[in-house]
Amino acid sequence: MSAPITYRQPVSRLWWLKKRTYLLFVLRELSSIFVAWFAVFLMIMVVAIGRGEASYQNFVNWAASPVVIMINVIALAFLILHTVTWFVLTPQAMVVRGPGSRLALTTKEVNVEGRWVSAATAVRVGGRLPAAAVIASQYAGLLVVSAFIAWLVLR
Amino acid sequence: MADSIQMQVTRYAPAPGAVPTVANYDVPLRKDWSILDGLNFVKDHIDGSLSFRWSCRMGICGSCGMNVEGQPQLTCATFLSDYAPGPVRVEPLTNFPIVRDLVVDIDDFMEKLPRVKPWIIRDDDVTVIDGEYLQTPEELEEYKQFSNCINCMLCYAACPIYGLEPEFIGPAAIALAERYDLDTRDRGQRERLDVLIEKEGVWGCTFVGECTRVCPKHVDPAGAIQRYKLKAAQENVMAFLLPRAAR
Amino acid sequence: MTKRHLEPILWLLFSGGGVVSAVFLPILVVLFGLAIPLGLVQPDYNHLHAVVSYWLTRLVLLGLVVLMLFHWAHRFRYTLHDGLQLRWETPIAVLCYGAALLGSLATLVIVLTL
Repeated sequence: MSAPITYRQPVSRLWWLKKRTYLLFVLRELSSIFVAWFAVFLMIMVVAIGRGEASYQNFVNWAASPVVIMINVIALAFLILHTVTWFVLTPQAMVVRGPGSRLALTTKEVNVEGRWVSAATAVRVGGRLPAAAVIASQYAGLLVVSAFIAWLVLR
Repeated sequence: MADSIQMQVTRYAPAPGAVPTVANYDVPLRKDWSILDGLNFVKDHIDGSLSFRWSCRMGICGSCGMNVEGQPQLTCATFLSDYAPGPVRVEPLTNFPIVRDLVVDIDDFMEKLPRVKPWIIRDDDVTVIDGEYLQTPEELEEYKQFSNCINCMLCYAACPIYGLEPEFIGPAAIALAERYDLDTRDRGQRERLDVLIEKEGVWGCTFVGECTRVCPKHVDPAGAIQRYKLKAAQENVMAFLLPRAAR
Repeated sequence: MTKRHLEPILWLLFSGGGVVSAVFLPILVVLFGLAIPLGLVQPDYNHLHAVVSYWLTRLVLLGLVVLMLFHWAHRFRYTLHDGLQLRWETPIAVLCYGAALLGSLATLVIVLTL
């Protein structure tokens, strides 16, 4: 019996507008543009600082222009989106274990002189920290780093 | 509650140049009816030619996946009354070729699943006579979530990458690979890694996460994929660092 | 593992970049993108120069910027591929990672010659 004539459902170029979660995903991905933008902005500033006070003042004047301020306001919004989504996805993307975990003996294939042999090994099981704890500790890290940098620059 | 609700159902009969159309059916709106009950009413009383897959009608076989109002759902687990007063659109699962009406071609998944070797792989020759494998409840917990997959493919319908990139192995297959990798009885991590570290393996995934959101069994395939990426990356770094003789 | 693959390394750089961007960028944007240009705070130039010139600052800056650029390159490459459905795989990859590499080299030169 020959294969049926199936109908290939087309994928719209605007697939990401079809669901709110898809749109949020695309916005999250676009935040990477502002990561690159600010990395470049930072290095322009560092170069300006290196060249002397006048050069640094020129940089600050340029950074204060309405267009650049607007870009950085938008950048801040996108970067906060990046931070918030990154922190909430981390516990889903990796297993963080606390004191409740223990080692379980098992076997795994290891490479010994070009051959794969079974060897006894241990894996961690249990004690997975709840997502809220992982998220909270990341925000704690954010706070510490932010406080440190603010102190470093403003003291 | 009104007496009836309109179901707008995709119809498609394979023929050269044929395209899917929509047929409207009014079905009784009973409080305890699922979308599947509505479809069976259509088939029994209105149009016997309507084709769709179903089996257990209790959310465990994974056969009745379809798009309801644009969302991949198990139609046996979705109440008709949730869409009152209606109409409610019922379409075949996204990202799969349509065979007929609401039936999609799942050969692609059937080909991809065995590629990740979703079974216990061991190199010793133990048999039933040698006794049982021993595994603690904690060790079971490590992979139990991923073992709940019923192969309903709602995750493939939800995944935009699978729609754009047909070679992508996909959420369920990777979640099942992870299920066996995490099983302490298994020794096949390396073989699965060989498959999944390739381009069509885990790397196409950009963690949209929609697969996890639509999964009726809370398997969290997105989580499985990200964990697998980390594992694959760690193994890859070891391959770069280890002396040539060990590769 | 018999074969060595590039994609996992790029993904690790993307992940590292994602972490440092999430943790370091908000305060940096607030300080250097908004507060200082708008005059809300006015750190002394000599102090800023001293902080930036310090060897550890230069090292950290290099690390952060390299990771941030590769984070952008990896994510942007996939956005072009999936969002805009541009299928020129190799040119896009070369453009993105190439730009990140150039930016990284420029950053290296800057921190060495400060």
